Amino acid sequence: MGLFILRRLGVMILTSICLTFIVFFMTNLYPNLEKLAKTQGNFRMSDAEVTSFLGRNGYLDPLPVKYAQWLGVLPGWTVEVSDGMRGRCVTGTVTPEAMAEAPRFCGILQGNWGYSTVFRGDVGEIISTRLGLTAKLMFWVMVLMVPSALLLGVLAGMREGSRTDRTLSTFAITTTATPEYVSGVILIAVFASSAVGLRWFNGTATGAMDNATFNNFFLPVLTIALYGMGYIARMTRASMAEVMTAQYIRTARLKGVKFSDIVMKHALRNALIAPFTVIMLQFPWLLNGVVIVETLFNYKGFGWTLVQAAGNNDIELLLGVSVVSVIVVLVTQLISDIGYVYLNPRISVS
Amino acid sequence: MDPLGWGEIITRILIQFTPVWIALGLTFGLSIAFKRRLGLYGKLFDSVIGMFGFALVMFWVYTAVFGGAFGWIVTHDTLSQISGLKNKVPGSPVPDAGANGLYPYYLMGGDNLARDVFSRMIVGAWEVMKIAPFATLFAFMVGITLGLPAGYYGGRLDTFLSFLANLILAFPVILLFYLLVTPEIVVTGIPVYMAGVLFLFPIIFLTILFNSRFFTQPARRNIYLVVTLVVGLWIYLGIAWNADPLGLISFPPNLLVVFVAVVFVNSPTVFRIVRGLAMDIKTRDYVAAAQTRGEGPWYIMLWEILPNARGPLIVDFCLRIGYTTILLGTLGFFGLGLSPESPDWGSTINEGRKLLSIYLHPAVPPAMALLSLVLGLNLLADGLREESLRD
Repeated sequence: MGLFILRRLGVMILTSICLTFIVFFMTNLYPNLEKLAKTQGNFRMSDAEVTSFLGRNGYLDPLPVKYAQWLGVLPGWTVEVSDGMRGRCVTGTVTPEAMAEAPRFCGILQGNWGYSTVFRGDVGEIISTRLGLTAKLMFWVMVLMVPSALLLGVLAGMREGSRTDRTLSTFAITTTATPEYVSGVILIAVFASSAVGLRWFNGTATGAMDNATFNNFFLPVLTIALYGMGYIARMTRASMAEVMTAQYIRTARLKGVKFSDIVMKHALRNALIAPFTVIMLQFPWLLNGVVIVETLFNYKGFGWTLVQAAGNNDIELLLGVSVVSVIVVLVTQLISDIGYVYLNPRISVS
Repeated sequence: MDPLGWGEIITRILIQFTPVWIALGLTFGLSIAFKRRLGLYGKLFDSVIGMFGFALVMFWVYTAVFGGAFGWIVTHDTLSQISGLKNKVPGSPVPDAGANGLYPYYLMGGDNLARDVFSRMIVGAWEVMKIAPFATLFAFMVGITLGLPAGYYGGRLDTFLSFLANLILAFPVILLFYLLVTPEIVVTGIPVYMAGVLFLFPIIFLTILFNSRFFTQPARRNIYLVVTLVVGLWIYLGIAWNADPLGLISFPPNLLVVFVAVVFVNSPTVFRIVRGLAMDIKTRDYVAAAQTRGEGPWYIMLWEILPNARGPLIVDFCLRIGYTTILLGTLGFFGLGLSPESPDWGSTINEGRKLLSIYLHPAVPPAMALLSLVLGLNLLADGLREESLRD
């Protein structure tokens, strides 16, 4: 088991390095750098001014060197300008003495995530606050989504082919077929617009960042939960339906055990193994939903930050965002594999 | 003139769809009449859910073809703005319609730029139909060509390809879109190179397919291969490199990025499905029999394993077209790739959402359209799965 986790960790690190290098490569292509220079400086910069801006800010080093600096395995860049020195490890223009005192290496290995050009702040700080906001959203999504999806799946799978099953399955299919930007728009239209007049909830969740109430937070949570719910419910239904045809359930029925007891005591435990994996693997999908919903409801969390960073080619913020999301994806995969082994003794890791 | 009431709006919309109703009626009449001779397709008409899904899908297919390609159903031009109709409610009359020879009403109202919402929704269906099925098909070609050897041979090749697939799958899709589908990236030419690689796979796939089957009959094989290579490479040069020697085939660059991005995102999942199926099927007796007969590995993969994996693949194909539609909508929603005035559903929803709390009608029709198409594809896949499991 230990060896398995170690090997998975190795693959995880290799994957994150490859992935961040791809992001690094794409964001450091010259047209992207030019766009960055023009948004940071002004839009009427000449080509020479763009080159000088990029040179002063260390963007013109060769790509592998820049990547190693970002990782923290090569010393950060330093440039001499007319009134002092600029470098990766210092902010702004400083004197040569101050430069000598500053640390030479400053990459993520040293805990320095870099500087965000859009939000003008430390990337580590920005990501941690935004992640906190998204964690709040995700927590409530999970609270709403998991129990209702399992309930839906168990109720539908309990008596396969019955009318309840048909109705609930159709509902589950409908929610999986509805991407967040469609369900979000419909929910806002029905529950938050003045045109229909219900106005039960707020159409934006900006206020929920500081002070989340049922009123301003329910619609975004529901929008994300709906999309994931259908899939989990269908998996639960399939696994429940399979368990209900097993020999030991038939034995229990013949013994005369009450139907509700069969479902609760005999079937449920075995039926929930498969959905566990599915719930864990839903995290990466939810990440997508988070980006759409946060944009739609203007909730300034992690997904919203991703859109801002990507739209403005904020290289270091984008790298931070991708590191975090890759880790989320890979860690959930690992947990789902390990959890599967624990829940199902018939499977072994090797 | 007064705006129309809801009853009249619905009647007029139904009349506008007349060609679609006729086509749907013909399709269903013929299919049900001959359903015993049509194999899996015919069996679809035994399941209510499958039929309902098929009806929804075909409704949008016919709408897209008649509306987008022939221009029958649309009432107004998708880009022309008529002053005075900005954000007007459904059923608003068009001023001076008779004099200008225009349709007298905006059936689903006007959007923020005073364009007809109804016509844009219809043409939006055509935008989806132009990209989604083909992108899915290409993703399948890539996934099958790489997934079969990975599952059949296993070992290093499998480890390497699986690592690549997992790498792409670990990317959040939206981040990937933001990195790939920007004007700056188009300038660097990366999408063209990616197209150059990805679009080679269908040609490789067909070449191996024919060669492995007919290499014992060189005359026949040569005909197939020459046709595949000439037609394939001609289309390939046209769409991937925009270098068609005859100048007939070309592909707008911003559409190419969207297409490449969608194929790129979909193929790793297909790869994983095909790989899993191949690993399962290669242990069967008929594969062992083929190996004993001395058949080559590619013959076994493409003519023994692949036909026996067709059930799950067809089902997944339907689901994946739906997913591709969702992805295209996502691209439009974030304003990536397609031009802002393009009538595709994602862009229209994105535009409409900004005024959603006051005006519903610009955003809701494309949203419902997308929902019903994807729902139809999901139900169709469900019906197919049920019917293919039955025998």
